[in-house]
Amino acid sequence: MTITFHLNGEQVSLPDSDPTTTLLDWLRDDRGLTGTKEGCNEGDCGACTVMVTDHSGAKALNACILFLPQLQGKSVRTVEGAAGPDGALHPVQQAMIDHHGSQCGFCTPGFVMSMVTAHTNGATDHNDQLAGNLCRCTGYAPIIRAAEAAAPEPVPSWISQDRSFIFSQISREEVADRGAEPPSSRPAAEPPSSLRPRSCDELAKAYAARPNATLIAGATDVGLWVTKQLRVLEEVIFLDGCADLKEITETEDGLYFGAMVDMNRVRAVLAPLYPSYAEMIRRFASQQVRAAATIGGNIANGSPIGDNPPALIALGATLHLRKGDNRRTLPIQDFFLDYGKQDRAPGEFVEGVSIPNQPDALRVYKLSKRFDQDISAVLGAFNVAVKEGTVTAARIAFGGMAGVPKRATAVEAALIGQPWSEATIQTAQAAFDQDFTPMSDMRASARYRLETARSLLLRYFADLNGAPEHVLEVRA
Amino acid sequence: MSVAKPLPHDAAALHVTGQARYVDDIPTPKGTLHLAFGLATIAKGKITAMDLGPVRASAGVVAVLTAEDLPFANDVSPSAHDEPLLATGTVHYLGQPVFLVVATSHRAARVAARRAKIEYAEEEALLTLDAALAADSRFEDGPRIYQKGDLDAAFAEAAHIIEDTFEIGGQEHFYLEGQAALAQPQEDGGMIVNSSTQHPTEIQHKVAEAIGLPMHAVRVETRRMGGGFGGKESQGNALAVASAVAARLTGKTCKMRYDRDDDMVITGKRHAFRISYRAGFDGEGRILAVDFTHLVNCGWAQDLSLPVADRAMLHADNAYAIPAIRIESHRLKTNLQSATAYRGFGGPQGMVGIERLMDHAAHVLRIDPVALRVRNYYDAPAANGEGSAAGLKDGGAAPRSATSPRDISEKVKDNTTPYGMAVTDFELHEMTEQLLASSDYAARRAEIADWNAGSARLKRGIAFSPVKFGISFTLTHLNQAGALVHVYQDGSIHLNHGGTEMGQGLFQKVAQVAAARFGVDLDRVKITATDTAKVPNTSATAASSGSDLNGMAVKAACDTLRDRMAAHLAAVHQQPVDAVVFQGDRVQIGAAEMSFEAAAMLCYTGRVSLSATGFYKTPSLEWDRIKGAGRPFFYFAYGAAVTEVVVDRLTGENRILRADILHDAGASLNPALDIGQVEGAYVQGAGWLTTEELVWDDKGRLRTHAPSTYKIPACSDRPEVFNVALYDGSNREETIYRSKAVGEPPFMLGISAWLALSNAVAGYGEDYPHLSAPATAEEVWRAARKVRDGI
Repeated sequence: MTITFHLNGEQVSLPDSDPTTTLLDWLRDDRGLTGTKEGCNEGDCGACTVMVTDHSGAKALNACILFLPQLQGKSVRTVEGAAGPDGALHPVQQAMIDHHGSQCGFCTPGFVMSMVTAHTNGATDHNDQLAGNLCRCTGYAPIIRAAEAAAPEPVPSWISQDRSFIFSQISREEVADRGAEPPSSRPAAEPPSSLRPRSCDELAKAYAARPNATLIAGATDVGLWVTKQLRVLEEVIFLDGCADLKEITETEDGLYFGAMVDMNRVRAVLAPLYPSYAEMIRRFASQQVRAAATIGGNIANGSPIGDNPPALIALGATLHLRKGDNRRTLPIQDFFLDYGKQDRAPGEFVEGVSIPNQPDALRVYKLSKRFDQDISAVLGAFNVAVKEGTVTAARIAFGGMAGVPKRATAVEAALIGQPWSEATIQTAQAAFDQDFTPMSDMRASARYRLETARSLLLRYFADLNGAPEHVLEVRA
Repeated sequence: MSVAKPLPHDAAALHVTGQARYVDDIPTPKGTLHLAFGLATIAKGKITAMDLGPVRASAGVVAVLTAEDLPFANDVSPSAHDEPLLATGTVHYLGQPVFLVVATSHRAARVAARRAKIEYAEEEALLTLDAALAADSRFEDGPRIYQKGDLDAAFAEAAHIIEDTFEIGGQEHFYLEGQAALAQPQEDGGMIVNSSTQHPTEIQHKVAEAIGLPMHAVRVETRRMGGGFGGKESQGNALAVASAVAARLTGKTCKMRYDRDDDMVITGKRHAFRISYRAGFDGEGRILAVDFTHLVNCGWAQDLSLPVADRAMLHADNAYAIPAIRIESHRLKTNLQSATAYRGFGGPQGMVGIERLMDHAAHVLRIDPVALRVRNYYDAPAANGEGSAAGLKDGGAAPRSATSPRDISEKVKDNTTPYGMAVTDFELHEMTEQLLASSDYAARRAEIADWNAGSARLKRGIAFSPVKFGISFTLTHLNQAGALVHVYQDGSIHLNHGGTEMGQGLFQKVAQVAAARFGVDLDRVKITATDTAKVPNTSATAASSGSDLNGMAVKAACDTLRDRMAAHLAAVHQQPVDAVVFQGDRVQIGAAEMSFEAAAMLCYTGRVSLSATGFYKTPSLEWDRIKGAGRPFFYFAYGAAVTEVVVDRLTGENRILRADILHDAGASLNPALDIGQVEGAYVQGAGWLTTEELVWDDKGRLRTHAPSTYKIPACSDRPEVFNVALYDGSNREETIYRSKAVGEPPFMLGISAWLALSNAVAGYGEDYPHLSAPATAEEVWRAARKVRDGI
């Protein structure tokens, strides 16, 4: 597979690259562009941030867990390309100098590229735009001052031209590449065979024929298999080319998300409907990770601490699976069978997820050591319907409380049919013991998990009664 | 003059464009080899069998080395020769390097390093302070004890006695650039090493021993680090030595950098402490006696643990005159990573001890915690007549007279520390007054109390804490520095000194000094990489000493050159020497005037040596660490902070809402860089005491070995309202332009955040919260439940 993209305004074509080579390694080792740094090699520190522009706009992405085929037809800008061809600094670069935004300077290229991306997009929620960039020296204050100072400056011409990158040559190559089959067998030392189907149908055909292949959506998890577990992936299928899997459809009954919709888009669509879910997505991961991570990937990997599944369970979402031409649906909670085990046959994949229309009673609470860019210790999603003072329906689900994202059926049962009152809440709190036996780990103790899960029900009660209290809302 | 100006970091433009080179960015010759360690997978035991066949067979592997293959010294310890590069049959912690892979790529080396089959006879590991204490596993024969006054008599007089025991966690440095080294073999067997290190001379020393050559055969260069924080004082030795040994063996350039997870699993961190205290107060809240016990988790090797634990003892008083005090320090040896230097070097732990005690006492005695602290402060200089009489030179501002308000009922205090050093520069009375006013402390405290009265679930808290931090290496001989300065015939100036740049802005500050001495524009001065061939026998850039020591050494070198130039120019113009003035990038000689480059050319053609070294050693130091007596510090740096937080008892979630800081950098060499140090240090200090939790499992495996699980503060964790100011002061001692060291002291301002959490939690009931550190959400939740519900 030949991979073609733009790098700092110039076209690059890579005919025979290993498809699991990360952009970071390629930039540093092959291109000698060492401005982009490796800080953690797992997408948590942002030192490797680059700006990638595609049809949907400019995104900050972590180059350390971004495989080269994911760049097909896109435009990449590294810190070396932030300044203009004549050396004129980008406004955020000048502001970082003026406001003393760098000390050791190692995180700085990543910050600069996150800031360039935010600046390009006109985003001024700086805390969130920079949540995926760690700095150990400055305490962030001067960086924020720099971001604020640069915000009113116009987008430089060399940056805005990335938007018009989509040129006919790539389109032709993409057509030529369509349906290309790898050789059926290959010597062991060769790079993994890879496919980049252009549609869900192509994917279905290819995956049915290669059920052992690894599907790569945003690579925010699979990337770590390569960079941390040092695994060699024998066969990979990149889903990025399946444009139809990136669609969001509004139906009579609700919303349908294709599996490849990234989490930033999910957040934008859900924000007016379920603001609490959208706020959870903000904290779910950084800009860089949300721009890569997909809703399908977050479900399919089956992690007990994936943050979407509990919220989707609480909303009564339906999962859409496909194998070849066979499609089936199931309530999403039924997908998670056991730790590391999902109801997914070989060759079958998550095609999408649908959320039924409903009045918004959803609240999603994420508990973690750090507010932003942290994995949940406990994630509780609550969706209770109350009619005339009585609970008529309840869907409550948790992450981090069991080996799978799990519904709190005993708690629900203790609520349904009861008056919506503090007394009922107290009774229902006792039922958590029946639903959950959480474990202790580096994120939290079992006791903390169980007791705070109970408390979150109380928080939900207060929230629904219009008395929300959260530390994130308090100001000095 | 170039000093005192808020100039940007010298490399700011290189940072923001990605051009600043770190070790891993240096172009290397074709055929450069890459290294990785194979790590022990148990915490303690003997290696009974080791099959490295699969490692050697792994793709790209050039060589695999064990301890037996090392030609010379197998030692990377900075102190006690107890830390082999590669394990010698015994494993002391999970993550200890056992063998070294040399391969054609970084990834090939990492892949191969995981393929060894090692069998162990596992022994029971000592993973906790209790286990180490029970086994009497320790460094030094017994505890160190520093004592002053008659404790028994003082306790007998006390109206109130409070006591408690609490935990203080360690801290991962999380420098963004991981450890890295690059070794290039030379024609004569010598070695040029690029190392991300705070201590090039030690790298030179350890590499020389490892390749069996004198130190002159090894040249170490360090242009910059991507963060250090103490983590690159000794922890870079292993990578540099491994690279040099492999380069000697293969004749190829060899590079080693740790993957982040390896870095966190292999290298040492801040020492975790358990502190017990018993303290006596009189009825008015005057402290009479304190008995501290420090249990220090040093990990498996000595490294720098003894001076770290000493410094904790030296900061057990913080800002308070304590008539009778005893500090007992146990340096315990466990089967964990060998704890090492980290910003503050034990000082923060010692200071947390006394601040926790003061917090506890204020709660029990029902005295405002600020009033209690101020009542127990050391006296200001004018009050006890011990102000520095040092003469003023070189443009230093005059020391301010002490006009601070004092508790008028107070007798004059014994203004000496527990180790017998007179406190003659105490600035905190006035600083406290200024900060309380600028932060509107009293009104906010009242407003918060009102708010809390109307909020059952959420509580806000506010706390003040002061910092008094001793400046100098406690190992007295380290307080020396050298510099090398050349003036070229075109008037450009080459600057070199022994300090290293890790982000703190040292190079710029020292360049500002050099430009000021010559009266020239800063762009005449070329900053160059730290190089053991230019300035030998340097100390680590540590203990906040960088600008104090190197600034003075550079000043000496510049003054030597300036005097030589002045003498020649005066002679040529038949003027007295004092008629020669260097200023405004020009030189005046009586009525004549010329550009600096013309002056340089004139001196060159007049055969004046335009190269000079400079040297400095800190005066007045005298310290006996066994007795705990003398003057270990040249002076103290001060700071004060007020932090406001909010907590949620149901979940323990908490946030810093506002921080106000007043910090004493003396007459600042560069206020912008100093404020940057203060802001960054505060957030790092607050992170240590809140979200940064190190967790090991019961096998001794570090479970928080990556940023996914170890949570340093992110952007939104900084205080939303963050007011940082420098105190308008001047060092009473004769330091470089009367400035003060600023690297470490503001780290301890973060203690106020932890105390504010305690204050907020106290709002849930009557009991004292008994908070430990780090105060994670879970710890805050635990404390709040205890206070509110007694469970």
